[in-house]
Amino acid sequence: MMKQNEERIFDIRDIRVTFDTPDGAVEAVRGVDMHVNAGETVAVVGESGSGKSQIMMAAMGLLATNGSVSGSVTYRGQELIGLPRAKLNRIRGAKVTMIFQEPMTSLDPLYTIERQICEPIRVHGGLSASAARKRALELLKLVHIPDPERRLKSYPHELSGGQRQRVMIAMALANDPDLLIADEPTTALDVTIQAEILGLLAELQKKLGMAILFITHDLGIVEAFADRVYVMQKGLVVETGATEDIFQRPQKDYTKMLLAAEPEGHKPPVGNDQPVLLDARDMCVTFTIKGGFLSGPGYELKAVQNVGLTLRAGQTIGIVGESGSGKSTLGRALLQLLPSEGRVVYQGTPIQGFDRAAMRPYRRNLQMVFQDPYGSLSPRMTVGEIITEGLLVHEPGLSARERDRRAIQALEEVGLDPSMRNRFPHEFSGGQRQRIAIARAVILKPTVIVLDEPTSALDRSVQKQIITLLRRIQESHNLSFIFISHDLAVVKALSDYAIVMRSGTVVEEGPTSEVFDNPQSDYTKDLMEAAFNLREVLNRQAAARV
Amino acid sequence: MLGYAVRRLLGAIPTLFLIITFAFFLMRVAPGGPFDRERTLEAKVLENLNRVFHLDKPVWEQYLYYLGNLARGDLGPSFIYRDFSVQQLLGNGLPVSIQLGGMALLVALLIGSVLGTIAALRQNSWVDYSVIAVATFGITVPNFVVAPLLSLVFGVWLSLLPAGGWNSPESMVLPVITLALPQVAIIARLIRGSMIEALRSDHVRTARAYGLPQRMIVIVHALRAACLPVISYLGPAAAALLTGSVVVETIFGLPGIGRYFVQGALNRDYTLVMGTVIIIAVFVVVFNLIVDLLYAALDPRVRYD
Repeated sequence: MMKQNEERIFDIRDIRVTFDTPDGAVEAVRGVDMHVNAGETVAVVGESGSGKSQIMMAAMGLLATNGSVSGSVTYRGQELIGLPRAKLNRIRGAKVTMIFQEPMTSLDPLYTIERQICEPIRVHGGLSASAARKRALELLKLVHIPDPERRLKSYPHELSGGQRQRVMIAMALANDPDLLIADEPTTALDVTIQAEILGLLAELQKKLGMAILFITHDLGIVEAFADRVYVMQKGLVVETGATEDIFQRPQKDYTKMLLAAEPEGHKPPVGNDQPVLLDARDMCVTFTIKGGFLSGPGYELKAVQNVGLTLRAGQTIGIVGESGSGKSTLGRALLQLLPSEGRVVYQGTPIQGFDRAAMRPYRRNLQMVFQDPYGSLSPRMTVGEIITEGLLVHEPGLSARERDRRAIQALEEVGLDPSMRNRFPHEFSGGQRQRIAIARAVILKPTVIVLDEPTSALDRSVQKQIITLLRRIQESHNLSFIFISHDLAVVKALSDYAIVMRSGTVVEEGPTSEVFDNPQSDYTKDLMEAAFNLREVLNRQAAARV
Repeated sequence: MLGYAVRRLLGAIPTLFLIITFAFFLMRVAPGGPFDRERTLEAKVLENLNRVFHLDKPVWEQYLYYLGNLARGDLGPSFIYRDFSVQQLLGNGLPVSIQLGGMALLVALLIGSVLGTIAALRQNSWVDYSVIAVATFGITVPNFVVAPLLSLVFGVWLSLLPAGGWNSPESMVLPVITLALPQVAIIARLIRGSMIEALRSDHVRTARAYGLPQRMIVIVHALRAACLPVISYLGPAAAALLTGSVVVETIFGLPGIGRYFVQGALNRDYTLVMGTVIIIAVFVVVFNLIVDLLYAALDPRVRYD
């Protein structure tokens, strides 16, 4: 990282952000001091709800209408809080710029890239249309977008996620900013793309010398990327210091807990003597994008091509891959939740091609837990009703009292207070909801559970608890898991066999320890490095540029 | 795009055919006929009339005969307005209805979008509440109340505008207002809702973060996105407005085609009813196509090929 001078360009003092909600005022930020020196990279790290984004929203005048702010934010001595919009508009987008988490929604879907990059250039720099266009082209080259002339004419939906974020960065750089605020800019991206974007930011910082304030929940990024760190919890800064100090010698319990929250442990492989529960061969899933009699011919998308797996009792197979690799599709196809070709045998019975009625007796044994703990629980049913619903189908003979007893048992098993079973899902946190989803599967006493990104929407510390929970119920019930995730750290901790997928095919597979510690294919190597050794990747990228 | 439009229009032919067939037989199922009167006609006269209009033939034969004429562009003679063909009646009335409906639509679109946008920008303020109140009023008060009221106040009491007729620009004001009022209300509400959503969207936040002027954010980035849901409403609404309104035409005494629909149906004027059904169906088909094409023009994510 570059040597920075000690000139403070961005100074936040005793900032407080309050949201006026129907349940009363909520203090999201409760008196925070923070500063950024010229040219340095500062990370603000914290879990969801720590208020880390809201500080910057408040500073830049972007709070939601029900939000209010007090305190002081100065940019080179100019107070930003309470500054009239016209004056603020001269700073934001020019001297202080932002990039956001979702590059898809952060760009206007209705306008071309050219128009969106040119708007701030023309507004701030007063450039003519043709000069702005030239500048936009320069910027796209600067952020290494291939074929920049053509990309200027593209719309956001025609670009990949990584390219969209590059466009956002180009916009951010348009007016030679002093400070770039990056709010979780790589969270929605795959790990290899994340490494590219971080490398790009580091390169541009070196070239252009602006300061970067990086908001993230990912400690791996902080360690590889930042000079200085602010650790936030519940609206307060709990610890701050140089990155190395924080990582080597954390002082506060919360920081220690965050650092310890990286998934750990590993699962010993199961013996070949264990019975095979689920055996799949040559699985193919093809989505036909329908043509119609008037809308021209359709085409086929091969989401999964010739994938097989053998799941033994007590085993956890981790399926990893980036978005679009077909890993979730494979999981659904195995459980006959979508039409597929191939052969799936469950405990000696071929279940391939079974329809809903034929699958019903097997469903209780083959359960699934989904990623989104908000969307997958019916908001109008109590937790008790949600988790016992499956019993009504699979054990219709049970009395209401017996069902209730099973619900209590299942909730206790997943570490929830059974007395909460008459509440509704919205009264629970994300981690608790995921526990409810697991209880719903476990109550049926299944043998196989397909877990589709069950920890991806959760903070690391909550993730760790869910991992512990999954380990425990696997042991006590001798369950077999198929664990689908893009998060390599979680897969490494939980599974004993790993399958790496890309574009619908298997790139590499084998015992987890081998795939993770000694990857064979280039793709797997890149993936592992981007996930576990980000600093190395960034250093190599930097070295390559010199 | 052109290919798509042509395919869509070709695809509309079976739809229209079904509508025509259904309407034809439905009319014949209704009891009574075009020549039933309080005083029954003499049997001989009735027989003559039926023969002239081919009503003595079996229904399926009449149907084929009608389709044959339709294919040649002949909508047949009106059974009630004996000296006129259906073409002549619709040809005289349609321009009036289109003029009236078109103006109402334009007025509604203009005032509705402005009101909706203002309400969204001043959400939960008195401005917002008044717009909502006016909008609710516009939707809930039926036009058979608004029309005579306007006619009474502005036409009779204040003598500012003609109370009826369709012969001068002034005479168009009251009918246009009456017809536009509920549309203003609906469009204002639609725009308000989608505008509030658009103003909260991430890309509007981006525009703010990049210091774009408020006017540019509202018009360029929020309003265009907010228009999309309104456009899908406008298809059927335009078809309904342009094909006339029975109530407004009757109260203001306008020579549009809206009244033919009701009168034709009551009098069992088979050909006239069929004519209006065809016109409305064609308008609905065409305007839905226009909406879809507009969508593609406004939203680059929508593509037809």
